[in-house]
Amino acid sequence: MDMNTLRILTTVASFVVFVGIMIWVWRNQKNSGFKDAANLPFTDDQN
Amino acid sequence: MQDQNVKTTAYNDSVVRQFSIMAVIWGVVGMLVGVIIAAQLVWPELNLGLPWTSFGRLRPLHTNAVIFAFGGCTLFATSYYVVQRTCQVELFCKKLAAFTFWGWQLVIVAAAISLPLGYTQGKEYAELEWPIDLLIAAVWIAYAVVFFGTISKRKVNHIYVANWFFGGFILAVALLHIVNSAATPVSFWRSYSAYAGVQDAMVQWWYGHNAVGFFLTAGFLGIMYYFVPKQAGRPVYSYSLSIVHFWALIFTYMWAGPHHLHYTALPDWTQSLGMAFSLILLAPSWGGMINGIMTLSGAWHKLRTDPILRFLIVSLSFYGMSTFEGPLMAIKTVNSLSHYTDWTVGHVHSGALGWVGLVSMGALYYMVPRLFGQKQMHSIAAIEWHFWLATIGIVLYISALWISGVMEGLMWRAINTDGTLTYTFVESVKAKHPYYLTRLLGGALYLSGMIIMLWNVLKTATSGKPALAYIPPVAAHS
Repeated sequence: MDMNTLRILTTVASFVVFVGIMIWVWRNQKNSGFKDAANLPFTDDQN
Repeated sequence: MQDQNVKTTAYNDSVVRQFSIMAVIWGVVGMLVGVIIAAQLVWPELNLGLPWTSFGRLRPLHTNAVIFAFGGCTLFATSYYVVQRTCQVELFCKKLAAFTFWGWQLVIVAAAISLPLGYTQGKEYAELEWPIDLLIAAVWIAYAVVFFGTISKRKVNHIYVANWFFGGFILAVALLHIVNSAATPVSFWRSYSAYAGVQDAMVQWWYGHNAVGFFLTAGFLGIMYYFVPKQAGRPVYSYSLSIVHFWALIFTYMWAGPHHLHYTALPDWTQSLGMAFSLILLAPSWGGMINGIMTLSGAWHKLRTDPILRFLIVSLSFYGMSTFEGPLMAIKTVNSLSHYTDWTVGHVHSGALGWVGLVSMGALYYMVPRLFGQKQMHSIAAIEWHFWLATIGIVLYISALWISGVMEGLMWRAINTDGTLTYTFVESVKAKHPYYLTRLLGGALYLSGMIIMLWNVLKTATSGKPALAYIPPVAAHS
């Protein structure tokens, strides 16, 4: 495969992955998992 | 301090203590060198006529000391502190963690000796010669093994967002350092870059801007995502925004380097691409800033009474300011005015003193009393003093260089009706004198705050003793 085709594919794939992450985050916004994750720093409240 | 039966249940904080104390000491040293070279710009005779104390050799000593010694030690300390507490396990491989501390201190000492002696690769923020570069690579790989080893043995299912930022910073810096430092050695203290011409310049600024993006941004955002919620006593404003923030930075920063090479031999399309991505960067940067500041939503009153929180939140304001100014200066037409002037130096310091410096100090003030079994820092009033000295220092520093930079840029481009230059170069140098004096004053204020911090930290450390922090027996999340 031509080097430039590979470069284009990598760039396009990166963009698609990023859009995918955005959609995944948006759909899981109400998910309680995110809320639990946000509270992770407070699990050791002796500190 | 650690006897057999608590060894498995306490965090490994001795390496965190070592890095925290050294961060403050190197901070004072690096900022002192900065004040000395700022004074040299006002009174050039202060170089004493010696090669070892000339501006050209002390300037890389200053940048290396504040970025890699002060900033680096802060990042090691905070990332080791945070990754253990959010994974609820002890650091992976205690000996390797100790090696990262001693190895990193050796790098710093080698830099402090070799740079004044004039050994340099001539690449900005990557000046150190090849034997030191190899040591940096070894320490950095060990750092990655300790950090990701700790993540892989974590007791909680989720990897907290701060660890994503720390992890991204560690991986990217390894990649940047190894690629940009590739060189052919010709003797023990001399080497030549593996790249030539404009490719060498592009590799250097791909490195240079990502050193800003990953070392000075992603790493310190990791600090922000743990210490702002902790000090404010409430979880981060939006966890989903933090995920988008992370990935947007990762996908965008790598492209922004060409804005350092506007109007050079670099192909025009590459310059425009770098400019476009620099403009896009405004979105994730401000998203992150808003996420940090809004964490305080409903608890704004804490800013009045808590100077540590003020350090953290004001650092985010400077982060927002410099990430607005950065994209602006990356626009080619603006860059034609700002490039090579003091405006650039002012911009860098608004990010370095305002964002990186203040967020580091806030995190260190949070950690130090806890690491030494104290309820709070030795003197809260001293933290207040430090905050105001630092803030006034930054404002003086950056406003002086804004004026000086724009003035200088306008003087350089001014032409008479017959096409000749209105000003000679030396006239622009002369015009900057009062602003250099103001900058020196700002820098000296910032340094004096740091000296107060050193006293406060040493008092806190010596009046307490190394404390053991126990790992919660049952993981709260699975």
